Amino acid sequence: MNSFLQDSVFFGVAVSIIAYEAGSQLKKKFKTAIFNPLLIAVAATIVLLILCGIDYDSYYEGAKYLSYLLTPATVCLAIPMYEQMELLKKNWKAVMAGILSGVLTSLICILAMAAVFSLSHETYVTLLPKSITVAIGMGVSEELGGYVTITVAVILITGILGNMIGEGVCRLFRIKEPIARGVAIGTASHAIGTARAMEMGEVEGAMSSLSIAVAGLLTVAFASVFSFFW
Amino acid sequence: MKYVRQFTIILVVSFIGELLNYLIPLPVPASIYGLVIMLICLLTGVIPLHAVRDTGRFLVEVMPLMFIPGAVGLLESWGVLRPIWAPVLAITVVTTVAVMAATGRITQGIVRMGQKKEGGEAANE
Repeated sequence: MNSFLQDSVFFGVAVSIIAYEAGSQLKKKFKTAIFNPLLIAVAATIVLLILCGIDYDSYYEGAKYLSYLLTPATVCLAIPMYEQMELLKKNWKAVMAGILSGVLTSLICILAMAAVFSLSHETYVTLLPKSITVAIGMGVSEELGGYVTITVAVILITGILGNMIGEGVCRLFRIKEPIARGVAIGTASHAIGTARAMEMGEVEGAMSSLSIAVAGLLTVAFASVFSFFW
Repeated sequence: MKYVRQFTIILVVSFIGELLNYLIPLPVPASIYGLVIMLICLLTGVIPLHAVRDTGRFLVEVMPLMFIPGAVGLLESWGVLRPIWAPVLAITVVTTVAVMAATGRITQGIVRMGQKKEGGEAANE
């Protein structure tokens, strides 16, 4: 039975999705950041894999079909952007200035904290692309001589964190404009944060989608400059 | 067949993104090229909104699920993360909050400045 579960293509994925749904219900009931559906799904799946002795590769045999859809889904982020085009055109200066300042804040923060923790140059450049989407971030890390595996891990952690705390941070800093909330979440936590912004509202989702692309490309440009600073 | 047709269009755009990623030596992933192409096609009317809308909305809605497999892969990178987990976690938390706050406040400030100006102009007329 155990070896059957270890080889099943559907078992792990079914558990992931059920855990996600359970997380959504918990979130509805308790409205606390810790009951984040994505966090719960990931944590539950990891625990399950360890308990049943399933290795990641056989889980991924089934789960890769979910990942496969990621590129088509990202392409479809153009749809909410298209639907909010008027608003975007009207506020493009605010949106661009916001994203640019977010990208610079990210790089300056990482630089300052690299100095505080006296990180090695390699670890520093590994962290530089942490706020942008995985596919771009991996390229940046590789180019600057970082550890790509760690970059991917940190990008994912940043995304899940942004997904969890996005709404709370906006409330704390009294960011109420839907445009600003979307840009903030997308710039800080790429596509995983955007998934949450989509649930907050149409405008939030569209602005967050745009921020993934713009923040990603700006980071490509600025990270190579910042790599000389530490 | 409607959904199949819509999904096909989305896949073709994704493929063109993949192709551009292969041809152009820039660190831009296929998905971002695809997003830009889709947006241009929608704006120019090459792809009418109704030709991709329902399937596209569905994909965007279930997008969070697509991050689970990759994030479960964190299990595998724990080995390399362990020696530096404390500073990495601190940097991640501080930076994420700082970026969100700065980006949001600055965007909001400029949006509201624009609104005030617009309101003022409307009042003067």
